[in-house]
Amino acid sequence: MNYKKVLSLKNLSKSFGRIVANQDVSLDLYQGEILALLGENGAGKTTLMNMLFGHYIPDSGHIEVADETGHFSELTLGNPQGAIAAGIGMVHQHFTLAENLDAVDNITLGAEPLRSLRRNRSKAEKKIQYLIDNSGLSAPLNIPVGRLTVGERQRVEILKALYRNVRILVLDEPTAVLTPQEADTLFENIAAMAADSLSVIFISHKLREVLAFSHRISVLRLGKNVGEIDTSEADEQKIASLMVGTKTSHPERMVTSVGSPVLRLENLSIAGRGRRDSLKNINLTVFSGEILGVAGVSGNGQAPLAGLISGMLRPEAGQIILDNQEVKQINPAEMIAKRVGRIPEDRHRDGIVGSMSVAENLIIEGLNEKKFQNYGMLKRENISKHAEALLTDYDVRGPGSAAPAQLLSGGNIQKLILARVFHEKPLLILANQPTRGLDMGAAADVAHRLIEARDRGAGIILISEDLDEILRLADRILVMHDGAFVETETRDRAELGLLMAGQAA
Amino acid sequence: MIEILQILLSESFWSASLRIATPLIFGVLGALLCEKSGVLNLGIEGIFVVGAMVGWMAVWLGAGLWGGVLAAALAGALFGLLHGILTVPLGLSQHVSGLAITLFASSLSYFSYRTALPTVSSPPRIDPFQPLDIPILTNLPFLGPVLFQQTALTFLSLFCVLLVWYVLNKTALGVAIKAVGDNPNSVDAQGLSVYGLRISAVMAGSALMALGGAFLTMSAFDAFFFGMVNGRGWICIALVIFASWRPGKALLGAILFGAFDALQVRLQTEVGAFVPSQVFLAAPYLLSIFALVIAARRAEYPRALLTPWFKGQR
Repeated sequence: MNYKKVLSLKNLSKSFGRIVANQDVSLDLYQGEILALLGENGAGKTTLMNMLFGHYIPDSGHIEVADETGHFSELTLGNPQGAIAAGIGMVHQHFTLAENLDAVDNITLGAEPLRSLRRNRSKAEKKIQYLIDNSGLSAPLNIPVGRLTVGERQRVEILKALYRNVRILVLDEPTAVLTPQEADTLFENIAAMAADSLSVIFISHKLREVLAFSHRISVLRLGKNVGEIDTSEADEQKIASLMVGTKTSHPERMVTSVGSPVLRLENLSIAGRGRRDSLKNINLTVFSGEILGVAGVSGNGQAPLAGLISGMLRPEAGQIILDNQEVKQINPAEMIAKRVGRIPEDRHRDGIVGSMSVAENLIIEGLNEKKFQNYGMLKRENISKHAEALLTDYDVRGPGSAAPAQLLSGGNIQKLILARVFHEKPLLILANQPTRGLDMGAAADVAHRLIEARDRGAGIILISEDLDEILRLADRILVMHDGAFVETETRDRAELGLLMAGQAA
Repeated sequence: MIEILQILLSESFWSASLRIATPLIFGVLGALLCEKSGVLNLGIEGIFVVGAMVGWMAVWLGAGLWGGVLAAALAGALFGLLHGILTVPLGLSQHVSGLAITLFASSLSYFSYRTALPTVSSPPRIDPFQPLDIPILTNLPFLGPVLFQQTALTFLSLFCVLLVWYVLNKTALGVAIKAVGDNPNSVDAQGLSVYGLRISAVMAGSALMALGGAFLTMSAFDAFFFGMVNGRGWICIALVIFASWRPGKALLGAILFGAFDALQVRLQTEVGAFVPSQVFLAAPYLLSIFALVIAARRAEYPRALLTPWFKGQR
């Protein structure tokens, strides 16, 4: 690695309303370097990169980029076209692909002048093939991107950047949707490209991959630079304390005595429209007093499994047996009545009604209770008293119980849902990606609540893409692949990774 | 049954079908272009009225027939610009803005007509487009009379089908329009302007819609009447779904509807004695609802249709 500087972010600041996303952040990048930008959710990593790529205009500060000759000039801010022209490419966490177009069209989008009357597709295809041969990033080129797998889509995203001759590549949480093996392959490709003098910044909060694949680590906390360290000198302890500032306690997993079965799924099948939403002849038992971890790359049947248990999908074959009784009418109201607590994956869409008040959202599953209504007339006073008590107990912070729920932050929306679910003392809890997008503090809170519920005897199904979370919390682990389960005793990351990829360990 | 067969085999029937289909071809192409970019344009019905009124008025004022066509297209594009500004950068409801434009554009057309001609009881006539008479071709069996009793505007509409197909499938601009209708972030991330693309597509689409209106006053009839558009715009909105946003199928859908309409007129004279005429008038609409139920289930909507996009919000 040489030490030719290619990029310099100087004293960037950005706020959204009263929220300060970045404050006086500086960052340098050298040629052929892989820099990891590390920090908790909400630390301002993505905001910083979005300013670099021109999606946001910084409130203050500036950015300097070197051209091929090493001459530095200031980057025009707030203009993606300027960033692309300066040789900067970005792969967003949420892919920016048009799913109705194929890979070639997606890759050439914006690279050709819109006024030209003809396109030279075969020439573009040749160039893309050349890039594929050199980088090892292969993907089908001629079918609509909507039909590609997530890994393939990501490779298309990277090819899109390479096609524009980038010298600086920014990857925002590139491995969030990949299996451990896919992630390793990706990083091998990136390392090869870096050796070929590409400079890479990747955003991550996974310490493991940061330590394994980066050259240098820069840590952000609460929108500020808090440290920079050469990867060769770093270890997990050091960077974790930089990220969090203080130590957060991870709850200890204690072995408890397992009780009787609370949920049995017998020979359940759903034939969905594709791999994403099918289940194949599932058998599953959840006992009271245990946390059952369901690991796997998303899109392998977790969605229909969660849909079934929450009553939103009906199986084509098989039975659901709750508390030793078969559930005949499978619908959400019935599941609530049978004391199933549900923490949905998409908390904004399925967890709350954003335009209704916090208090109303808290009673939305208990509307039949006489405490809250009398012949259809709401008892406002009881409802708000109930809300105030829960907000205090569960430490939900925000503009109060009468404000619309959508004004709460992501972490507080999750706490609201926890309050609604846990105070009913459910028999069975479905927790689908309960800590996704939460910062470490809020995530630890969720984990404590889950363990508390387990200790009082609830059965818990924890669906998570975060293998570390499963390893920390689950008493028993199932791996989902292609709509089916594999139960496993192993707690070895590599073996679990193979199971997630559908290969027998 | 024999009567229906005779009708279906006659040259005059297909000639009429194509004539009735022409404004729909323009309209459905226009709506398709707008929707491919992610913007529903319910202003179509009003933009038809504007096109009919402006085209006719321009000719009456002495601009010449092609001058009238150009004026109609420009007027349509202007209303497209209005709809584009309201729905794209301002992100207002596309339904509400579209309906408002329909009400505004048609009322404004009637108002200007009355202001320009306050005392006239029957509207002044213009010399409309005449059927293109191309020697030899006109004498072809069957095809000759069907195609070459049409005016230049019908040929323009067929040319526009090819043009829209070519732009959408063979040019970089078309790729960008389809991308902005599927995922605006994809366009933004490549440094193209989401607003620019969407507003241009809506303006071009609205210009096409206005040509559909202009056909009515400059080819099908020779003057401007109140209520002459009579729901043709709404039919186009349905036809786009029937066509699953494909120009070729859009042409097919428009001709099919034209054929239903031509058929019902002829059936009225055949069996009008037994069946009330309103049944025939309703028949094309009932049939198109039926066709829609079948076709719409498979239709692939542009994913970002109706969804406003704001810069810096992702």
